[in-house]
Amino acid sequence: MSAKHVNPTRMELTRLKKKLTTARRGHKLLKDKRDELMRQFLEMVRENKVLREKVEVGIRNANQNFVLARAGMSEEALNVALMAPKQEVYLEAETKNVMSVEIPVFHYKTRTSDPGDIYSYGYAFTSSDLDDAVKSLADLLPEMLCLAEREKSCQLMAAEIERTRRRVNALEHVVIPETEQNIRYITMKLDENERSSQTRLMKVKDMMLEQTHKYTSHGDVKILEDES
Amino acid sequence: MYKIAVMGDRDSIYGFASLGLVPFSLTDPAAAARKLRELAESGYGIIYITEALAAQLEEEIDRYQEAELPAIILIPGVTGNTGQGIRAVKKSVEQAVGSDIIFNGG
Repeated sequence: MSAKHVNPTRMELTRLKKKLTTARRGHKLLKDKRDELMRQFLEMVRENKVLREKVEVGIRNANQNFVLARAGMSEEALNVALMAPKQEVYLEAETKNVMSVEIPVFHYKTRTSDPGDIYSYGYAFTSSDLDDAVKSLADLLPEMLCLAEREKSCQLMAAEIERTRRRVNALEHVVIPETEQNIRYITMKLDENERSSQTRLMKVKDMMLEQTHKYTSHGDVKILEDES
Repeated sequence: MYKIAVMGDRDSIYGFASLGLVPFSLTDPAAAARKLRELAESGYGIIYITEALAAQLEEEIDRYQEAELPAIILIPGVTGNTGQGIRAVKKSVEQAVGSDIIFNGG
């Protein structure tokens, strides 16, 4: 696994140990982040689902109303009626930080103070079906904005969760095991070096004693043998 | 201050004009893609697109998936609900969780 060469030095060992603690801490934090994000995401996505179903039904009904309205009026009259919209919607977007994901929060303002001021035509030449249709759509607007907010948040959070999950997995399955492996390799290597220098020193000591005093440190056995 | 746009075929969207949303009636995918890019860069906070049109613009829409704004939201058109909007929600569940646990595959 440690295909990459590491220097078996004490300095490298200290560095790797530091790296391992950081990686462990990062892993724990990211895991917590992922879990919390997931919890919030699931909550959000459930709301999203409910809202979407509601909005889709609402739009279908509104469309039906519009079809009715069109059936009762001439094409020109309808076009004229909707040609110059009276109302305008201004959208304010703030962002909210949820576990480091910036999700949008929408507020909206209508141009005229009365948000019900949606009929851009006189009532004389239009059918009442059109009023109903426009009204049904207007009632839906707050929910549509809410849906936009939720759905965008879900998309952003989903992307962030995916990223976080990748990071958690990379730390858990690659970085941490690799670092542990390298640390083990360096400690082994250092121990081995120490043993080897230990034996070398013992050997050298033996040789020096042999040379100067003609005896070994192992006891008298050898000396006696030598003398006899 | 952002504005809200609605894109799609004319019959599906003209009603939104009376609410103060800005309608863009388009049916040609190429023109719609251009328009979408233009709108995204010119201060529209939310862009509602009919599912029928969105089906032809998937690549363009995916590009704004991870951008903070605009929010591109699919709505059913006058021709009926294709289920694509709910599929988009499902897709983000799958992306986050790994499998679809909210809709139970249905």
